[in-house]
Amino acid sequence: MSRVRVLVGTRKGAFILEADGKRENWTVSGPHFAGWEIYHLKGSPADPNRIYASQSSGWSGQVVQRSNDGGTTWEVVGNKFIYDGTPGTHQWYDGTPHPWEFKRVWHFEPSLNDPDTVYAGVEDAAIFRSTDGGQNWAEMPGLRGHGTGPKWQPGAGGLCLHTILLDPAEAKRMYIAISAAGAFRTDDGGASWKPINKGLRSQYIPDPNAEVGHCVHRIAMHRSRPNTLFMQKHWDVMRTDNAGDEWTEVSGNLPTDFGFVIDVHAHEPETIYVVPIKSDAEHFPLEGKLRVYRSRAGGNEWEALTNGLPQSDCYVNVLRDSMSIDSLDSCGVYFGTTGGQVYASADAGDTWKAIVHDLPAVLSVEVQTLQ
Amino acid sequence: MIRVVLPAHLRTLAKIQGEVLLEVAPPVTLRSVLDALEARYPTLSGTIRDHVTQQRRPFVRFFACEQDLSHDSPDSPLPEAVAAGSEPLLIVGAIAGG
Repeated sequence: MSRVRVLVGTRKGAFILEADGKRENWTVSGPHFAGWEIYHLKGSPADPNRIYASQSSGWSGQVVQRSNDGGTTWEVVGNKFIYDGTPGTHQWYDGTPHPWEFKRVWHFEPSLNDPDTVYAGVEDAAIFRSTDGGQNWAEMPGLRGHGTGPKWQPGAGGLCLHTILLDPAEAKRMYIAISAAGAFRTDDGGASWKPINKGLRSQYIPDPNAEVGHCVHRIAMHRSRPNTLFMQKHWDVMRTDNAGDEWTEVSGNLPTDFGFVIDVHAHEPETIYVVPIKSDAEHFPLEGKLRVYRSRAGGNEWEALTNGLPQSDCYVNVLRDSMSIDSLDSCGVYFGTTGGQVYASADAGDTWKAIVHDLPAVLSVEVQTLQ
Repeated sequence: MIRVVLPAHLRTLAKIQGEVLLEVAPPVTLRSVLDALEARYPTLSGTIRDHVTQQRRPFVRFFACEQDLSHDSPDSPLPEAVAAGSEPLLIVGAIAGG
């Protein structure tokens, strides 16, 4: 029987939640790496027992952990993230040049077919690749070097590369997103990159239609339609149907279109999910009601999903890497909150239940569907 | 033998119980002790000082013999009592975060 494994990164360690395909009874293991910030864990699609974890702290910097047995045991692998060549500068918050400095790994994206190949999105924004299971890392310098890098500026959370999407149909095509530079695409395996931000409009930058400078929070893709992407921008929910060449807004009837997470149903490529957050100044749900919004039309027409979610006095946030979808027949949707809850729905969002209530603030949620 | 005391989270990371004892050829300096520590426990590389700049991480402090050595040159000799093994070098995570 199929089962699911939910990998949860928090401010004070990692937790692994497991259940069978019914997703009713859960076991919880952890904290792994207690006391450390775990920005992200992700399993390899080619070998689900291979998991990479980003472990960091303000005291001790970055550590990379790797498991070969589904998170039961872990080993430390390489943590040398050294920018290629002379790093140069990006813009600081005040607009002055600031040298590129590695701070942490925000996101790991394992290769679709090789468990030893994994990509790391880091702060200050860059993409690294390892082809030996995380022991050694090399920057893919074409991204920072493509021309607009000196104009990039950090968002409130830092200049982070937080999203990496691998195109299952075109092996050399990848998408990444940076807060607050925007989205970028490579069609040649990472040698060269181009900004794909046409159609984004951001009132908080001097030129709202600029080529770069947009605070993209998250991008999601359905593997059957890799040219269609959905984006939760700082404000606005967007979609593209031509691999990012042009974006259109699909916020529609959302009560607020600020937010962080966005994801796509496992079996319905036009069904998408967001969690609206009141505003950039007030990082909590509108009216204290935690609502997931689902669109079955690829955007514009949204319905609130509230059954099982708190509908009063709820002031948590849902961070950008904190939603994930399993691929069981009845699609499961998961998200974590800064209040330490991980909510799960085993019926595509119709009803929700907290798997855990009292973890440290959740930074990331990834689910693996296992046979 | 040089005695080194690590903060708890680095002991956990390196799977160390108690003090670390290191053989370090003279002159015994912060750099030579950290080089020996990282050679013995590669998982600590990058956690105490930056891989590239070799600068101490901002929230890490080095104490010994009731002195704060954090701002000394990494090539200055450590106190004689540390070199003789009668006093430990303390690697401390600074109090931060409220």
